[in-house]
Amino acid sequence: MHSETARAEPVKDGTILRLIKRIHLPLDDPFALAGLIIYAVFILVAVFADQLATHNPLEILFTADYQLAADLRPGEDGFVLGTTSLGRDIYSQLIYGSRSALLIGITAAFMVAVIGTVVGLLAGYFRGWIDVVLMRAADIAFGIPFLPFVIVLSAFLEPSIWNVVFAMALILWRDTGRVIRSQVLTLRTRAYIDAARVAGSSDLKIVFRHIAPNILPLSFLYGSIAIGWAILTEAAISFLGFGDPETISWGYMLQDAYASQALSTGGYYWFVPPGICIVLVVVAGFFISRGYEEILFPKLKE
Amino acid sequence: MLWAVATILFLMFRLMPTNPLAAYIDPTFTEEQQQLLMAKFGLDRPLWEQYFIYLKNLLQGELGDSFFYRQPVGERVLELLPNTLVLTFSSLIVAYLFGIIVGAWLAWKRDSVAERATIPLVLTTRAMPEFWLGMLLLAVFSFTLGWFPAGGTRSPGSEYDGYLALYTSRDFLSHLVLPALTLAIYSQGLPLLLMRSNMLEVMNEDFVTMARIKGLSNWTVVVRHAARNALLPVMTSFAIAVGYQIQGNVVVETVFSWPGLGRELVNAVSASDYPLAQGAFLMIAVVVVLMNLLADLLYSLLDPRVSHA
Repeated sequence: MHSETARAEPVKDGTILRLIKRIHLPLDDPFALAGLIIYAVFILVAVFADQLATHNPLEILFTADYQLAADLRPGEDGFVLGTTSLGRDIYSQLIYGSRSALLIGITAAFMVAVIGTVVGLLAGYFRGWIDVVLMRAADIAFGIPFLPFVIVLSAFLEPSIWNVVFAMALILWRDTGRVIRSQVLTLRTRAYIDAARVAGSSDLKIVFRHIAPNILPLSFLYGSIAIGWAILTEAAISFLGFGDPETISWGYMLQDAYASQALSTGGYYWFVPPGICIVLVVVAGFFISRGYEEILFPKLKE
Repeated sequence: MLWAVATILFLMFRLMPTNPLAAYIDPTFTEEQQQLLMAKFGLDRPLWEQYFIYLKNLLQGELGDSFFYRQPVGERVLELLPNTLVLTFSSLIVAYLFGIIVGAWLAWKRDSVAERATIPLVLTTRAMPEFWLGMLLLAVFSFTLGWFPAGGTRSPGSEYDGYLALYTSRDFLSHLVLPALTLAIYSQGLPLLLMRSNMLEVMNEDFVTMARIKGLSNWTVVVRHAARNALLPVMTSFAIAVGYQIQGNVVVETVFSWPGLGRELVNAVSASDYPLAQGAFLMIAVVVVLMNLLADLLYSLLDPRVSHA
């Protein structure tokens, strides 16, 4: 998505453009390309949800003869994917679900990437007590079971889709942080860093101007993995009943279907589509990150 | 390590907005009775004092009483642990056997159509929400086809004396199939991809070339020489996978009403049964930490090169 905006802009060697060039997207790999296309479609659906949806996703609907429009099969009475047992339109829920998925995915990925990158940079560059403290914290974060942690947290806080983002920001920076730290450790011994130091650059300038740009693709890689994680976690939390009942998400739809016995009544039209949407978005993230890995670590290809 | 997790847990459970006794107190209780209860659970003391009491109790294995079951939490948690472990290990063993064999085979058939098609397929299994996969299997094999029971560990009314009798019964095994299969489908991806990439690496090493020069058959080279060496890192990942799976069990246990630690945690949190939730959480954390430790140990034990690096 970044490259699309990049190409549209006139070539100007500003800092932003340099950063964007660093994040070269993996367009040669067919799977990565497929992933990008899936992302593009879902973003479009999320943006134009108001136009695409046929009903209000939470509204209880009635048929023309004033009957509750409950448990309708796909196609019946003009409901594309049928209705839930409370008479809500499944297709519209699916469309609006893309909004919360993308919102959660992108903010969580951003948080995980930013926190992990800053931790990795600080620990790897300054070493000493900063390193010890941060890596101890990472060890502790590795010892906390993630999903149970999110469950407990969501139960104590007000129900909201942001709980998942918050929990991910608290715990999942650990992977990114460790990897980036080790990358910084090798970078800081390079000659050009010494050269910068001799030339009188401050520590902050070295970290953010000379080291950070080189680890940006790694941050982006971990960010793209985190998108999938966030969507899966949100789905699990909603499914367990700790989600926000006011916000339609794919996890909420699955919970609704499970709790309404859709499994035993053969309501495949109800619980299959949200799952497929989750799989598509998450797998798109995996494909993109794989394409990335091949650019970052070309050895894998051999 | 565990101390840090326990401390975080303590703070989380004590600093939350709702009264921890909300579930315990009947609305008909008088103010006085409530105070008495607070005193009984030590909730009227300052926070630091509560914290030290909590740590002392933990060291003695004392986890408090469940509000709901009115039964010691430790007892309850230990009762459920075997169910979770049986589910975790049976699914992981299936997943690893499958993953190792298919992974090695994929490395052998490198660049074939089969390999190209399998990798995205494996990634797709990793992208599936485990509970959704469980729901699909339930709907198809239990509700539509009626091959397997829909949940729990045993048929209603059946009694078994002891865990061994239960775990070896046909009844239990038929209950185990679907949840274990769900978890296995989800977790086979890791050993499979690991095995494949290790094999590719090992196949380039000199000793494999040497074996080929000696004129050994392709099968002998791949299985006897390459696969054996590629197996080591996969085995250490098993320990990590156990720790990881224990957390993932939460949702699958809920889908299949499997009476394990994960489902208990969910129920306890929903019912505001804090001592039980805390105990279940801590037990899961203990398994995770132990397994991470075991993985580190195994790694340096199985591959002495690590400590020299």
